Amino acid sequence: MAELILDSVSQSYAKRQIIADLTFTLPEGAIGCLLGPSGCGKTTALRCISGFEPIQSGEIRIGGEVVSRPGWMLAAEKRRIGMVFQDYALFPHLSVADNVGFGLRNDARAARQERIDELLVLVGLTAHADQYPHQLSGGQQQRVALARALAPRPRLILMDEPFSNLDVELRERLSIEVRDILKREATTALIVTHDQHEAFALADWVGVMHQGRIQQWDTPYNLYHEPGNRFVADFVGQGALVPGEVINDHQVEIELGVLEGHIPVECDASGCEQCVRNCHVDVLLRPDDIIHDDDSLLLAEVENKAFRGADFLYTLKLPSGQHALSLVPSHHNHAIGERIGIKLAADHVVAFRRE
Amino acid sequence: MLFALAVAALVLVPVAVTFSSFARVEGDILAHLTEFVLPELVGNTLWLVLGVAIGVGVLGVSLAWLTAMCEFPGRRLFDWALLLPLALPAYVTAFVAIGLLDFTGPLQTWLRESWGFTGLPEIRSRGGVILVMSLALYPYVYLIAKNAFATQGAIALEAAQSLGLSRIQGFFRVALPMARPWIAAGMMLALMETLADFGTMAIFNYDTFTTAIYKAWYSLFSLPAAAQLASILILFVLIAVVFEQRSRTRMRYGTVGRSAASRRIKLSPALAGLALLYAGAVLAVAFLIPITQLALWTRDVIADDLDSRYWAFAWHSVLLAGIGALMVVAVALLLAYAGRQRPGPAMMWVQRLATLGYAFPGAVLAVGLFIPVAALDNWLIDTGRAWFGFDGSEILKGTLLVMLLAYLVRFLAVGFGPIDSGLHRITRNVDEAARNLGTGTAGLLTRIHLPMLRASLLTAGALAFVDIMKEMPITLMTRPFGWDTLAVRVFEMTSEGEWERAALPSLAIVVAGIIPIILMTWRGAHSHG
Repeated sequence: MAELILDSVSQSYAKRQIIADLTFTLPEGAIGCLLGPSGCGKTTALRCISGFEPIQSGEIRIGGEVVSRPGWMLAAEKRRIGMVFQDYALFPHLSVADNVGFGLRNDARAARQERIDELLVLVGLTAHADQYPHQLSGGQQQRVALARALAPRPRLILMDEPFSNLDVELRERLSIEVRDILKREATTALIVTHDQHEAFALADWVGVMHQGRIQQWDTPYNLYHEPGNRFVADFVGQGALVPGEVINDHQVEIELGVLEGHIPVECDASGCEQCVRNCHVDVLLRPDDIIHDDDSLLLAEVENKAFRGADFLYTLKLPSGQHALSLVPSHHNHAIGERIGIKLAADHVVAFRRE
Repeated sequence: MLFALAVAALVLVPVAVTFSSFARVEGDILAHLTEFVLPELVGNTLWLVLGVAIGVGVLGVSLAWLTAMCEFPGRRLFDWALLLPLALPAYVTAFVAIGLLDFTGPLQTWLRESWGFTGLPEIRSRGGVILVMSLALYPYVYLIAKNAFATQGAIALEAAQSLGLSRIQGFFRVALPMARPWIAAGMMLALMETLADFGTMAIFNYDTFTTAIYKAWYSLFSLPAAAQLASILILFVLIAVVFEQRSRTRMRYGTVGRSAASRRIKLSPALAGLALLYAGAVLAVAFLIPITQLALWTRDVIADDLDSRYWAFAWHSVLLAGIGALMVVAVALLLAYAGRQRPGPAMMWVQRLATLGYAFPGAVLAVGLFIPVAALDNWLIDTGRAWFGFDGSEILKGTLLVMLLAYLVRFLAVGFGPIDSGLHRITRNVDEAARNLGTGTAGLLTRIHLPMLRASLLTAGALAFVDIMKEMPITLMTRPFGWDTLAVRVFEMTSEGEWERAALPSLAIVVAGIIPIILMTWRGAHSHG
């Protein structure tokens, strides 16, 4: 258990920058997540932390100790980092118990057995201790991999796309289970995924990555409600950007009316002041920011709808031709092409300056 | 990388040596060769290659189709039993066939005495050689074509039928063309074995390059002539290698849907009976009858022949095969490891080159490695005499060095295949997982790689062991004095026509050869789980 700090870490391969200026702090005992589309550099970041890739600039510290800096890295086997691989990489020639105990060979026999038993209980696989990896289901293999990584009490656990090989239904259940296990072991953990549901279910802190850079390092709540830039707004959650005009520092007017709240318009040192008034922006509208109201005079055409059980996600066409999303309870079943009344229900404003 | 290059160089040495022999031409011998020997050798070889290609093709493909795609009584048994002839070296099938079918053999004698029938074609003929070689080598095509049919035949056939083709049309227009790269690869392997074969040709007195190389060495005492013949043989072999490598790159396993098991064609009772009869006949002729005859002959002579000399033959065979197999496994492991450490196209080519020795006939390797070692020997002796007053006529020549090097070159591929694919199954993540858990490089090898590779190493060692036990020309031509093995004993007895006395050592070789086949089928059956 230790704090993980990345301080402007960069890595490039064959002149191509894979990660650039990566900086974040994962507090002791917290679960962090690097979230991003494939090829954004998140797996490379993980491999730099685990000690399998060198870094070209910056510094990686675990529990205050520098483990990587340009031109030098602590060997992977000396870092005391546990890693859970995408394909689990279980040792096929060893039983479940021996897999879990693999990293404990310097311990006394009794202590080793005790720790193995403890972890098998934790991951619920006591009954499978003598089986071999190929006899287990995907979810069970995953938990063996986690137990094996946790066994030597590492300072940090890294997980690379831990659920990508599993069924969708299993993923959600397991991500809650894994969070539970990690919290009970009070381990600092960093997880890499491209699935935001996983990230939100698991992590205390999430870093959205794009083109080798962290776009925003924040809590899941803030990422959704206070996205720092267009990429984060688009990548995290659903929503639509509609054009608007800033009236003053707490009001912005869009097609559907005036929104009130602090207006965190992105601005550079010179452009910000002029922009406060009459500046053109794009305002982020989440599906829960537009509610359906039969009495409303504002009408929008249903262009598409997706039934999701408890609710419908409607894609609406506003009078101007702009599109927006709205989440509507499922007893309001409207046909495609029908015009329905809507109203704004946003309690804060997310806006990005138009280029 | 350096190591891999060195191994590759070892393969190139015999090629370079044999070709360079044209630089020192011994006029009268070469004239003799080109005028009297070469035309016959080339003709014989071409007929042989053509005949065996057709023979193994027809046998291998038809049997593969039956066991992979059709359901008939005994299919599961034939599925693996049809591989058994692999355990029977062609030269054993050859002398058993002659012993049985010759004019003085039991069949002809019986026909003559009971029926007055004498029209049976002569077994000691071109047709006889082709028949024996086809029966001995069809498993190469059978094994590889069966895999192709099992993985993609059923789907292809169903697709063809849904497009309006009959089953017969579907077989010839879809399934067979689809499996062509596999069939070609299997046929090329069989042809390489044919070109490399020495024992069968010697028994049949059918002159090909391998027997000519042997004669040039032992009768004409002309190493250059042997080398020149070897270089021509290499040209033939290289053609086969090119075809084989090309068809290999075209082999792509497209496993679609479930295995063929549930879709096998249910043959009508009459057809099923025919299938049973056909597969049974091939198995009987290629394996059961020869092995029974061997056992009978052995029974006749065992009391007289099983003396201490015989145990020496067996011991030499086991010892040489053991040392050779260990060398093959060690070098193959290092070569495969080099590829893992430094993957890339350059390494892939080096590995391919280093494992190309399987294509080189033993007679070629014997000549190609003896010449440089003898040269090195002479140099060592000269320096030894000049500096240390050394007094002797050979240092390396009288040792096992040439023989073991030749074994290594010839059978490296046999060991490399299973080890390399075994190593590929250990993903990089497994390595990293072990290192994350505090394991260093040495621990990685002892705690992860070796245990995980155990089965592969065993397979590699067993295959190399058996191949070396069966090996005839290298052993015959390069063994030091007193190192007679079972295979050498077979050669000596058969060259005097004493079939009964050749049976005992042959049976020992065959029994050893069945072990890896059982191992292979056992692993095959268990790797699906």
